[in-house]
Formats: sequence, C-alpha cells, structure tokens
Amino acid sequence: MDQIVEYLLAALLVIGGLFAIVGSFGLLKLPTMMQRLHAPTKATTVGVGSALIASMSYFWYFEGTLSWHELMITLFLFLTAPITANFIAKAQLHRAINKEDLPPTGVGKEWATYDPEVTAVSPVLLNDRDPG
Amino acid sequence: MRRLFPHPLLSLLLFATWMLLVNQIKIGSLVMALILAIIIPKLTAPYWPNRPPLKRVPAFAAYVLLVMWDIVRANVEVARIVLFMRNENIRSGWLAVPIDLKTPEAITILAGTITMTPGTVTSDMSSCGRVLLIHALHAPDPDSIVQDIKTRYEARLKRIFE
Repeated sequence: MDQIVEYLLAALLVIGGLFAIVGSFGLLKLPTMMQRLHAPTKATTVGVGSALIASMSYFWYFEGTLSWHELMITLFLFLTAPITANFIAKAQLHRAINKEDLPPTGVGKEWATYDPEVTAVSPVLLNDRDPG
Repeated sequence: MRRLFPHPLLSLLLFATWMLLVNQIKIGSLVMALILAIIIPKLTAPYWPNRPPLKRVPAFAAYVLLVMWDIVRANVEVARIVLFMRNENIRSGWLAVPIDLKTPEAITILAGTITMTPGTVTSDMSSCGRVLLIHALHAPDPDSIVQDIKTRYEARLKRIFE
C-alpha cells in the first residue's frame, strides 16, 4: 500500500513539473507579448497545484499530520494570478498596442485604458470620500 | 453582534484563513484570529462602502468547484496549444464581451474566472463597466467563446449575486 501511494505522489510531482516546464517553454516559444501572457498564468497553476496536493497527501499519509498551508498557497495563487495578468495586459495596452487594433466596445464608451475621463484613481472612490 | 461583525462572511473568512495559516488549534491563535476578524473588516470598511450580498452560498461553492475543474481543463488546453501548434496557426485575437452583471464584486470574479480558464485573459473593461476586453490565445470561433463565458459563468454569477 505504501508503495502505491508513493508512486501516486511521484506521478503527481512529475505531472506538476511537466506543466511548469510547459509554462516556461510557452514563454520562450510564443511570439507576441499577449500570447506569452497565457502560458504562465495557466499552465503553471496546475504545476503548482499538483505539487501542493502531493505535499499535502504525503504529510497526511506518512506523517499523520494534516497540513493546511498548501490550501492557503493555492488560494493566494488563485487570487493573485488574475490580477497580475490584468496588470501586465494593461501595461501592454498602454505601451505596445494601438487603440485601433482593439474591437469597438459597442456601447459608445471607450475602453477604460484609453478613456481620458478615467483618471488614475477611480472617480467613484473620490466622490465617496469625506471632504473633511 | 452586528456592530462587532459588520461583515460576517469576511470575518469568518479571515478567522479561517488565520487558523489555517497557523496550522494548529491553540488558545493564543484562536484569540489572534478573533482579533483579526474584528479589526480588519472595520479598518477596510471605508474602502468598501456597499457590501455585496452573497445570496446563495451553496451555489457559490458549486461555482468554485466548476471553476477549479475548468482551470485544470484550461491548463491542458493551453499546454496542448503551446506544445503542438505551430506559431503561424495560433489565431489569437481580442474579443469584446458585453456583460449584464452590475455588482462590482461579481464583475471582478467574472474577470478573474475568465483569466484562469481556457485560453482567455481579461485585459480591460469599457469605462462604463458594461463590456470586458478579452484576449484569446486561440480563437477560431470567437462567438462561441463569448457565448461560453455568458452561459457558463455569467449566468451563474448573476444567480449568486443579483
């Protein structure tokens, strides 16, 4: 039984490693910045995820302790990955991408990055703030 | 009770997070978790004037599971494109997805979900907040991606938040 579990955990680690390497390979291979953004935001979540599952199961099965830190790492990863991706995309919109290349919004307003009315700080927040 | 915990779900989440971080149940860490669960919602309340009602907690749990499954699928999908498709054949493109959601928190979750799931990254939104700009890694059929986002994620979030 111990050996089967060991093989399973080893398989998880290998799968995780493969996905991490694919994510890094995507960074090298894909030609444009926006395409490169896809590889690390996704291909690596499963890479890290399965390594964490392996770690959790190892300590649970062999040491008899349930470790929750791995769950927390997963949670923080899922919270931060989209935000980082959004920041990088936004920087790209400002620096390297022309407004004309984007599809129209279709509602008569600009995309927020190019709209002169949108300032660095959200106007809604400014309005809510107490003047005193 | 209401004054001590103006935002019960956030307090509960902070409490659980701290306990999981400490990784052991001791009286000291329980007290610390309680202190954080009281102080942090109070300190952050000015930045978060309208608390979104989370109407259906079980539906939200189901949504989280669905998204996790989709993340695994997305990983395999992106790995397949990276490994086995020639760069010339990858048809990337921008999509404009009109959204019906009104709650800012729901839109944030939708945008995050789109970034984490098959071949799409949320890049921007229109200044009125009614359209999302999405970059798709490989989109031979853009309309089906937009339909997928609307039926699979947005409809569920609408039921949960609005």
